[in-house]
Amino acid sequence: MRNELVLTTAKQKKHRSMKAAKITSLTVIHVILTVMALVWILPFAYVFIHSFRGNDINIPFPDQVFPTQWSLDAWSKMFGGNPEAYSDIRFNWIDFPRWFGNTLLVACCSCVLSTLMTLATSYAFSRMRFKLRQPYMKLILIIGMFPGFLGMIAVYNILRAFNLNEGALKLIALIFVYSAGAGMGYYISKGFFDTIPKGLDEAAKLDGASQAQIFFKITLPLSKPIIVYTALTAFMSPWMDFIFVKLICGGDYKYCTVSLGLQTMLELENYNTHWILFCVGATMVAIPITILFMFLQKYYVAGVTGGSVKG
Amino acid sequence: MAEAISQTTKQPNKFMRWLATLGNSFVGFFKKIGSFFVGIWNIMRCGNWKTRMSFLVMGFGCFAYAQPLRGGLFLAVEIGFVLFMIFTGSFYLSKLGTLGTEVQQPIIDETGLQVGMTEGDNSLAILLFGVSTILIIFMFAAVYLRQLRNAYDNQQKAEFGMPISGAKTDLRNMLDKNFHTTLLALPTLGILIGTLIPLVFMILIAFTNYDRDHLTPGNLFTWVGFENFVNLFAMKGTNSMGKTFFSLLGWTLLWAVLATVTTYIGGMILAILINKKGVRFKKIYRGFFVITIAIPQFVSLLVVSKFLSTENGLVNQLLKSWGLITQNIGWFENVTLARTMVVIVNMWIGIPYSMLITSGILMNIPEELYESARIDGAGPVTTFFKITLPYMLFVTGPYLLTQFIGNINNFNVIFLLTGGGPTSPDLMAPAGQTDLLITWLYNITVNGVYKDYKTGSAIGILVFIVCAVFSLAVYRNTSSVKNEEDFQ
Repeated sequence: MRNELVLTTAKQKKHRSMKAAKITSLTVIHVILTVMALVWILPFAYVFIHSFRGNDINIPFPDQVFPTQWSLDAWSKMFGGNPEAYSDIRFNWIDFPRWFGNTLLVACCSCVLSTLMTLATSYAFSRMRFKLRQPYMKLILIIGMFPGFLGMIAVYNILRAFNLNEGALKLIALIFVYSAGAGMGYYISKGFFDTIPKGLDEAAKLDGASQAQIFFKITLPLSKPIIVYTALTAFMSPWMDFIFVKLICGGDYKYCTVSLGLQTMLELENYNTHWILFCVGATMVAIPITILFMFLQKYYVAGVTGGSVKG
Repeated sequence: MAEAISQTTKQPNKFMRWLATLGNSFVGFFKKIGSFFVGIWNIMRCGNWKTRMSFLVMGFGCFAYAQPLRGGLFLAVEIGFVLFMIFTGSFYLSKLGTLGTEVQQPIIDETGLQVGMTEGDNSLAILLFGVSTILIIFMFAAVYLRQLRNAYDNQQKAEFGMPISGAKTDLRNMLDKNFHTTLLALPTLGILIGTLIPLVFMILIAFTNYDRDHLTPGNLFTWVGFENFVNLFAMKGTNSMGKTFFSLLGWTLLWAVLATVTTYIGGMILAILINKKGVRFKKIYRGFFVITIAIPQFVSLLVVSKFLSTENGLVNQLLKSWGLITQNIGWFENVTLARTMVVIVNMWIGIPYSMLITSGILMNIPEELYESARIDGAGPVTTFFKITLPYMLFVTGPYLLTQFIGNINNFNVIFLLTGGGPTSPDLMAPAGQTDLLITWLYNITVNGVYKDYKTGSAIGILVFIVCAVFSLAVYRNTSSVKNEEDFQ
């Protein structure tokens, strides 16, 4: 009887100490996670907050971490609300609304084109069996191992041969550059199509459906996650690229995209005067994409995880 | 003695086997070419006059057997091809051997003023369109053969009284039996113009002397064989090209390993922490990290690079105001520190993404494995190295490979963060000590005044070889690639 009592109290003690250890370890984890989250978020928060800074406008990082004066000057300058700014040679090349519009246009068009081409290629490789299938897939694999912008000079000259390097046609050139190779990114969506049971196709075939009908009426409706994933990545790439756009647009800032514009602002000799404007631009680029991303996160996660497991 | 010989023949070593496969594929290739001509010869021999007319007029065998749609298309291809060859193709093709001989000359009128330039040859255009012409010829040959077979096929079908498919069936097949052709037509065109032709062009540039002194259209460039590769490995002198190349190659590989491993392990640890039982606000934590994926890399990298700048950078200022340092730290001015910082910043960029990828797989690890490990008294560190890591490596092998290749070509991080710096007297300008091969390539070709396209393209080929060697080694050991049909 007594022994048992001692045993139970010992057990309880042990239990209690384990519980305490668990709580401390959980607290430590929470602290670590919070610190990490801050490390990841604070730089962006800094940029966002400082886009409203009114003091020391010609110094990128004043002594005070928080702005002492708030102002919307930079925002109105970036959106053309301040015509004075445009007589200044340092600023007169900045036309943010236009860049934003250019990027949006290019992103939308290349998103539609690339998505169509990627899905078509991956469906053909996943579901159809034809003589050149394996060699073609191998060829794409090999081409894909060359550095991406190795052929840039040639692409530029091809575009020039079609007169696509002048004026507003530059935007068409950009759409071409961002979507031409879309078929090469077939891996992830092919992996997805591979997992759709073939029995469905065969049943439809027995009912007299053609391959096109199977593709449009059976496979595509089942593939919403991968369609959204493909479209999302295709939409995002023009916002992120600054290499091709630099080559195609050269010094013509009328038809450049936000990434080139913003990058040029900080490349200048004295980026000090452009820092707050850059903060505004960076915020304006990051916010729409982030919102879009948050809504479609589920699909994005499904896409990347699915693609990484089955290589 | 005889025994020994029979043993070696029984078990040829790997190299011999590899040679044998290579030999077989060569034989196979020539056999295919042989059968191609035999096929044509057979059609010539056994074809009737309608079929034989198809040798001259493409699509004749289709018109003759009531296939006007196919016949029309074949005929259009022939006419288009002939016109193309007459007006542009033959010109570029004939110049491809020399890449042009006539340099542009100024035109001077009677008064001695320069009024313009003569047309001259443009080596770049000759190479680019010469390559395209060769490709077009190959495609034309394929179509030509196809229509011959088509004609002969029709002839045989007619002899045996079998139905010949008309335009309606052909169109229907485009959406059914030949749906892959319809699907792949546009993507293939895109890959051809946007990737394949430019790539072949650039590979050929490595065998020419296209550089700053041979810029078109003012100047010509021409074939030089393997000279660029020889120069690339030249080791003479302190800052020779060869030393620069090997130094950069070494750092590129080291960087790729470090960047891949740190982000992978870091992301996995982060995922484990977030997914741990009892951790609250999982979604919010995860959301914070996922958001940073959406922010374009050039924004985050430019911001960080300015934060870390030596003079009036935010980090130095904060450290000074907290009294931790008295002098500015040059984050990107010393080799070791710069390389460390690049890897750390890359972790900041890459960990959320790898967290996203690993967290789904982590949750699939059978709970029993952990249970039994716990009963055996294993701590969290042991479980991580004995259970989690091996399982993850097994499942995410292909992902790691793509990450590794991606890091060899990780342009953004280096270019936006350090721009390649710090410079060193041991390296040829404009290469710096954090430069990867890919940023070096960019800096000596498109960016800036060097315009050393010949070397750039040789570097590109070598980068490809490095990537291909690693990929081949991994792909050969990955079952998911070999047994594609099994998986389905």
